[in-house]
Amino acid sequence: MSTVNLGLPRFPSGGPPRGFGNISATEPFPKAAHRELGNAQLRANLGHATHTIRDKRLRVVSELPDWEALREAGSAIKTEAMTRLPELLTQFEEQFTARGGTVHWARDAAEANRIVEELIRATGETEVVKVKSMATQEIGLNEYLDERGIAAFETDLAELIVQLGHDKPSHILVPAIHKNRTEIRDIFLEEMPDVDPELTDEPRRLAMAARAHLRKKFLSAKVAISGANFGIAETGTLGVVESEGNGRMCLTLPETLITVMGIEKVLPRAQDLEVFMQLLPRSSTGERMNPYTSLWTGATPGDGPQNVHVVLLDNGRTRALADQHGRSALHCIRCSACMNVCPVYERTGGHAYGSTYPGPIGAILSPLLTGVEAEENSSLPYASSLCGACFDACPVKINIPEILVYLRGEDVSGGTTGRRRRSLPSQMDLALGAASWALSSGDRLGLLEKGLPVARALAGRDEKISRLPGLGAGWTQSRDVPAPPSESFRNWWRKREKEAEKGTHE
Amino acid sequence: MSARDEILARVREALAPAEVGSPAAEVGSGGAEVGPGYRTASGLDEDALVELLVDRLLDYRARVEVVTSDGLAEAIRTRLEGKRFVAPDGLPTSWLHPSLAEGRVTDSREAPVDVVRLDELDAVVTSSAVSIAETGTIVLDGSPDQGRRAISLVPDHHVCVVPVQTIVGIVPEGFARLDPTRPLTLISGPSATSDIELERVEGVHGPRTLDVIIAR
Repeated sequence: MSTVNLGLPRFPSGGPPRGFGNISATEPFPKAAHRELGNAQLRANLGHATHTIRDKRLRVVSELPDWEALREAGSAIKTEAMTRLPELLTQFEEQFTARGGTVHWARDAAEANRIVEELIRATGETEVVKVKSMATQEIGLNEYLDERGIAAFETDLAELIVQLGHDKPSHILVPAIHKNRTEIRDIFLEEMPDVDPELTDEPRRLAMAARAHLRKKFLSAKVAISGANFGIAETGTLGVVESEGNGRMCLTLPETLITVMGIEKVLPRAQDLEVFMQLLPRSSTGERMNPYTSLWTGATPGDGPQNVHVVLLDNGRTRALADQHGRSALHCIRCSACMNVCPVYERTGGHAYGSTYPGPIGAILSPLLTGVEAEENSSLPYASSLCGACFDACPVKINIPEILVYLRGEDVSGGTTGRRRRSLPSQMDLALGAASWALSSGDRLGLLEKGLPVARALAGRDEKISRLPGLGAGWTQSRDVPAPPSESFRNWWRKREKEAEKGTHE
Repeated sequence: MSARDEILARVREALAPAEVGSPAAEVGSGGAEVGPGYRTASGLDEDALVELLVDRLLDYRARVEVVTSDGLAEAIRTRLEGKRFVAPDGLPTSWLHPSLAEGRVTDSREAPVDVVRLDELDAVVTSSAVSIAETGTIVLDGSPDQGRRAISLVPDHHVCVVPVQTIVGIVPEGFARLDPTRPLTLISGPSATSDIELERVEGVHGPRTLDVIIAR
């Protein structure tokens, strides 16, 4: 293990290593967001979709009188699972193995990809069907297999749209949320070999086209790859929550089933499902229950895949776990409610975040998995107005705004060898130093306030400052600063008091 | 060090030293004694359960009929007459009218029907293990009257019998009746997707018609 200092306070000489794969922004968020904001079609599609889902979620959540108690329970179970993780993982392994499954462990993305490739090779197949899975998206499994001559077919409708469109997912639940029905029809017409050329953009017709396109694949597939929403330590049970039936097809028909699951997905007891199966569907698609959920425990003789594997993935999760302030990000059940309510996500879309995990949860999870100093992930904690809507919507009560602020602090203070550590004081350091000097004394502040009329004059006739120099330029890049008032509040108050005094004497 | 041992060591290191074995580690697990804060029983009677389940199934655009147990065979006959369908070998023989014998294919773990053959059939008829009224969810657990998971998946029309005594009110009551180590399939309406503009459309890869017969 390397001993590179990653700047984590609790691990002065290292700590668990970072994760790799599609969990890093490749350019700073403001730059990516600026480009994405220029796409009016994207903004219209996202606005429509996120508002549709918000209303649905609110309706089904308000139906349950015990919603808050369920959130509390979900949060408590996840906290328990994290603190008991070593014991729960070994228990899961024992149970899954005892029921005919094989457990594999992967330290990082590269190791997980290798394990999956070897398992596929052992079957002699060169084609696999896939259920939508965040973990395999995170480790870049499709690209890895493709380079090695194994074709992985995505079977979830939105993943299919993304794959056929040579695109990237922009949302964890609905990866093609950035595409509208007409764009989807155009992709199908272009990329599906035997599609009806008269295909309309009616969602029902599009879903039927996907059904026809994938039917033969399902019936002939020998190997399937899935993720998992839950792994139950007590019984070794795995669960996949889905809508279309593509999950059932993949989990039931092939001979070999390979599941890639993050180690944080383990739950202590089967009974815990009664909480998460209420929280997850209502928070994600805004339904009382999703159409299909499959639960399987190892291999069932005579029913479903007999060659069953699970790959338990770290890839930075232990790094996030080591961060006491950030570890609750691992409680995430990938429902996507936080992105659907986020004013920033609604406007920039998911691609601006660079990572597989976009939106508010991605803005904390990605830097926690890689370290805030990795690539451009240091800009992600700033991709928020801190309005708190994500915290309110989160079914397991992850305090996303608090972790965002904490990570901003980590970014500014940096580690001793962190990329952002500077030997010279930065503009921010100077500005904050000056503010500290001015604000700590009324006299000093009063002196500075005498400059207000000058600043007001600089603002010009429209009473707006649209370009500040230096560090301030970042602020004025996308907003105007209103002209300062001609006098300070403290001055005005003093004058008012004097006049009031005069009034009482008269 | 093996990947397994290294990951477990990392987890222990990440949690060490304060949390492991400290009172914080017991959070949640102690909850059983005081009981969870959420509902664990609905308190609904049979009429209310049936009414709620019907309402929720219709909302998912499933077809629903409530019949007496005397009328069950007839209700199944009207749905499957003249069709080729698969039934699990453990389905009560009294449920299937003699006139359905010609179209019937029987499936079992020992003698499974090939998936291509399943795809050629019009329908499937099964019983069910548990139904949750509040969410409109029907659970199959692979018992002999429900069969292998493939048979209720591949044919396009699923005729599903819900015996009234298997209906519960809410999700915790449902899981309390289930054995998690059996292969479980939770079904809430016909196959659907919300992937296009987040609007629900029924009918993708699973059965496009879910035909529920509640037998009381």
